[in-house]
Amino acid sequence: MSGVENVSRRRFLIGTGIAGGLVLGVWFYGSRGERAPAAVVPSGTSRPAFEPNVFVGIAPDGTVTIVCHRSEMGQQVRTSIAQVVADELDADWSRVVVAQAQADEKFGSQNTDGSRSIRRNFSRLREAGASARAMLEQAAADRWAVPVTECRATLHEVVHGPSGQTLGFGELAEAASALEPPPSRDLKLKSPADWRYIGRPTPSVDLKEIVTGQGIFGMDVQLDGMMVAVIARPPVLFGKPQAFDAAPALAVPGVERVFELPTLKPPAGFKPLGGVAVVATDTWAAIQGRRALDITWEEGRNASYDSGAYRAALLETARKKGRVVREQGDVDEALARAHKTLTAEYYVPHLAQAPMEPPVATARVTEGKAELWSSTQTPQVTRREVAQALGVDESGVTVNVTLLGGGFGRKSKPDFSVEAALVSREVGAPVKVMWTREDDLQNGYLHAVSCQHLEAAIDARGQTNAWLHRTVFPPIGSTFDEDQTFASKGDLSQGFVDNPFDIDHMRLENGRAEGHVRIGWMRSVANIYHAFAIQSFAHELAVAANRDPKDYLLDLIGPPRTIDLAAMDVNYANYGDPIARYPVDTGRLRNVIETVSKAAQWGRALPEGRGLGIAAHRSFLAYVATVVEVEVTPDGDFTIPAVWVAIDAGTVVNPDHVRNQCEGGSVYGLSAALGQLTAKDGAIEQRNFDTYEVARMRQAPRSFEVEVVQSTEPPAGVGEPPTPPFAPALCNALFDATGMRIRSLPIGNQLRA
Amino acid sequence: MRIRVNGRSHEFDGDPNTPLLWVLRDTLRLTGTKFGCGAALCGACTVHLDGNAVRSCVTPVQAVGNAEVTTIEGLSEGGSHPLTEAWVELGVPQCGYCQPGQLMQAAALLSAGTPPSDDEIDQAMSGNLCRCGTYARIRAAIHKASQTR
Repeated sequence: MSGVENVSRRRFLIGTGIAGGLVLGVWFYGSRGERAPAAVVPSGTSRPAFEPNVFVGIAPDGTVTIVCHRSEMGQQVRTSIAQVVADELDADWSRVVVAQAQADEKFGSQNTDGSRSIRRNFSRLREAGASARAMLEQAAADRWAVPVTECRATLHEVVHGPSGQTLGFGELAEAASALEPPPSRDLKLKSPADWRYIGRPTPSVDLKEIVTGQGIFGMDVQLDGMMVAVIARPPVLFGKPQAFDAAPALAVPGVERVFELPTLKPPAGFKPLGGVAVVATDTWAAIQGRRALDITWEEGRNASYDSGAYRAALLETARKKGRVVREQGDVDEALARAHKTLTAEYYVPHLAQAPMEPPVATARVTEGKAELWSSTQTPQVTRREVAQALGVDESGVTVNVTLLGGGFGRKSKPDFSVEAALVSREVGAPVKVMWTREDDLQNGYLHAVSCQHLEAAIDARGQTNAWLHRTVFPPIGSTFDEDQTFASKGDLSQGFVDNPFDIDHMRLENGRAEGHVRIGWMRSVANIYHAFAIQSFAHELAVAANRDPKDYLLDLIGPPRTIDLAAMDVNYANYGDPIARYPVDTGRLRNVIETVSKAAQWGRALPEGRGLGIAAHRSFLAYVATVVEVEVTPDGDFTIPAVWVAIDAGTVVNPDHVRNQCEGGSVYGLSAALGQLTAKDGAIEQRNFDTYEVARMRQAPRSFEVEVVQSTEPPAGVGEPPTPPFAPALCNALFDATGMRIRSLPIGNQLRA
Repeated sequence: MRIRVNGRSHEFDGDPNTPLLWVLRDTLRLTGTKFGCGAALCGACTVHLDGNAVRSCVTPVQAVGNAEVTTIEGLSEGGSHPLTEAWVELGVPQCGYCQPGQLMQAAALLSAGTPPSDDEIDQAMSGNLCRCGTYARIRAAIHKASQTR
């Protein structure tokens, strides 16, 4: 099959009801004059959510439409969801088109975050395809008046075994539409050995459009009569305009309206920040108009936020005993009697998700109704928040999802879509609200800044026998409830309480920290700083014990076993999935370390100035180990000639896309070691990519080797797990090359000291 | 004023200081050229002026003059440019938003004729950001296209 030629057949369905209409047209239940009733399946519940018609449509011409209910932001979910459904349906891939779902509860959760799209949908997508296949087989059996057991769907047609007769899917669509879907328990799923598409490196369905500039991202939406708005938002959280002069902005040709948006009241939540909207006939006029605005801000109570002073306060907290969240043995006693102790403190600054496409949404609000086209990771949350902000019923709000020019958690927040709805209502026309890069960096939902304090005891044989770890960071919950100053169960379940080390005396603590900016999710979230501290400190202990870092890491992890956190009274979230199905399995963690070490030829001699570093981390139920090779110049500049990644994400749908996520997730981890957002007088100091550094071509790894562990375990997350091990593996490599230890990010000029 | 884009002539009567990016996107509806920073820091808006890569977000439309503007939509017929084909073959894009700019930048690099070295790729491509981190595949695709050209 030539995926390259075939992809041109698959169009991205989007627009003013085009997607919905087309899908309705091919819906085979549609021939009864109604769509199947919506099933409301809240995320994370075990309630059966199966409705094959939600995902599959077959037209009389044989075109199979597979509905992707998750947002495409580079993980190729539109392709992988279609692969799963098409496989169980036994469709011909060249006759499959992918439709993008609007916000609708009938799909269950559409929140595209937490590396959940495949792991939470794999079974139901398979069942959706298998159900449709069974109905087509039944329709064929009825037509031929033969037992259904003699009929089998194969590559877009049903074959009658004994006679060899065939009927195409399209020919059967109408007859199948009159049948009841079989009960879930009667469905026969394929054996993995029979999979056609699952587990195969299938090219992205959107590839051709992307490389020819035809893909429709949120920024690219155009509606008749559409205006463009940019918003001057308060530089300080909960600030508001004290006074502003709209006249200079209105004097810019093309600027039509300038008005104030509602002031944001705590908590920030998902609500817009307020400020002054400038609405114009075109983008450049809107940007020029905002530039001309003269606003005096009333900055409010966060105006004293200073990231330098805040860092000092976090560190002070991290040096004191905090709330204990996991304890075994007697750490204090073990530290007091230790042969040798080691203490280290790690700092990771505020970071920005900074997707290449800044937040953007287009809204058309009419009396009691709204339609949006949004670059959103959370269409249903968007619909809810827009309905609330407009004071209309959710049923009157339609949310269309465009391609996302990156998301990384920023586009999980619907604030920008709500802005578009509010501005459209005010001006009585369709409006696109676009964020500039300055807006994105200065008014975002920041990755939490963190300080961590670690102490360990090493015995006479060089073994670590005590581990004290305190983590302090403003929790994401502070964005939604200002009184939340301790980390949540979810925050601490991201690579902190699930520490995989086999150490007799261990105590894990969390200290309090207040939020002064909006704190939000960023790809792999709290795992970033937890993996950085734990995997860096493990390396420091190896050095202190004069041991090979990889061998020492394996010793710290100890023998293959599952860690019973419940038995330790640890409140562990396990990414919302059952621990029995997805245990914390040190055997799998060890395996990715062994695999990556072998690939990287760990232990080989390196030329002067080169170093190797390793780190491993379980997150989103997947296990990833990374080896980074660095080359450091005498001036303290470094490059990354090569990176090796091993991932065990259980069953994978598309190994090439998993590799791509491992490469990209590593670069994202590199950027986390290069950039920082700082605040002064409550406002973010960085404005654009000149001051907010992210990895560029010359800094990025020149080559990658990714090993995807063959596994029949249930699917785990893929989009986020490659990020956490990267920064510690990099800094461990830098130590190996230079003897200089990076404990505070960004790396900046620390190697030039 | 008149500008030539992808072989066709267009009339533009707006503010002559308008960056070419917004003329392409808002007026001509050629949305393949992307906005990423507005300050020539990310390369998402890269187009060709007479074959040279420029950042359209900081290029006033009046500065275009008689130069021929080429955008991603006009880089080749039906995606037949060797780079486009290499991009497809190696599965370079993730979200894809920066890729038109990456392709236009790489196309200008390859037009020099000789296959670029890794250092030359670093030099030419380091102004084009990709937050999905597709750099290693971009590098490989440039090497591939430069050998098949």
